[in-house]
Amino acid sequence: MKFSIYRFNPEKDEKPYMQDFDVTLQPTDRMLLDAILRIKAMDDSLGLRKSCREGVCGSDGMNINGKNGLACITALKDLKEPVVLRPLPGLPVIRDLIVDMSQFFKQYHSVKPYLITETPPPQKERLQSPEDREELNGLYECVLCACCSTSCPSFWWNPDKFVGPAGLLQAYRFIADTRDEATSERLDNLEDPYRLFRCHTIMNCADVCPKGLNPTEAIGKIKEQMVKRMV
Amino acid sequence: MVNRVVVGAHYGLRDWLLQRITAVIMALYAVGFLACILPRLPLGYAGWHAWFALLPVKIMTLLFLLSLFYHAWVGVRDIFMDYIKPFGLRLVLQSGVILMLLVYALWAADILWSI
Repeated sequence: MKFSIYRFNPEKDEKPYMQDFDVTLQPTDRMLLDAILRIKAMDDSLGLRKSCREGVCGSDGMNINGKNGLACITALKDLKEPVVLRPLPGLPVIRDLIVDMSQFFKQYHSVKPYLITETPPPQKERLQSPEDREELNGLYECVLCACCSTSCPSFWWNPDKFVGPAGLLQAYRFIADTRDEATSERLDNLEDPYRLFRCHTIMNCADVCPKGLNPTEAIGKIKEQMVKRMV
Repeated sequence: MVNRVVVGAHYGLRDWLLQRITAVIMALYAVGFLACILPRLPLGYAGWHAWFALLPVKIMTLLFLLSLFYHAWVGVRDIFMDYIKPFGLRLVLQSGVILMLLVYALWAADILWSI
């Protein structure tokens, strides 16, 4: 199978280049990550992140034939040859397919992605009704692979100011949580022309999410909450 | 001054909401305008003059144009925020657009009420 892979080692290369690989696959190689690991066996200088190899850790996000995705859950049979692999767009490249995610996690941390409570904790745990718990479906599953945020032009232009789809999905995950007691502060924190309102609803995020989540919908619900408290 | 990124302007919702409301106003006006005008065609100069001389038409048209200008302001500001990085230049451009749209609004009112 033919591959064209983005290579850049800032210690050696003046500028990035694409390197072609032709790799013989084994019958057990089903996912893109399997093929990349075969390539890495041929050329161990190829840099990439990977860990769980089953779409849970979110490490191997990359741009696959022009669309962001996780290599470990992208089936080889669905890919057109030559498979063009590039690092996630919009973030600084550390080496080959490895990008610097600092900016992404900075935005994630800025939404305070944890439960904030003021009332004293009950004896056992803070309970939720099954209906309230239902609200968190489609929000909590995010693995922070950054496929969505790095496919969002608004995040490309303003990664330092726009929270981005992944961060906003997590922001809504805690706004929607009935156990959280800081909803008002959370909305205040996002009421900003850059932090929230850079989203122009082009839905690249929902299109690429490897977990099938819909950050655009969550962003819409944040705006809905803001309108509700204003009018 | 240290070059830090500062966010938290605490506005944005009102503009986002008004952008949607003005869009609805413009859509309603466009449909209403066509529904009223199409059956009366051809109007000729006298017909158009008589149509725009009606006070309700003047008021609705002015409302449409004000909606258009506000809608345009939010949209153009969004483009500046996305693509114009030096903040001084952004301020100058945004001020220029506000001034231009204000002139347009006054000009539109002047034209409508001179009929």
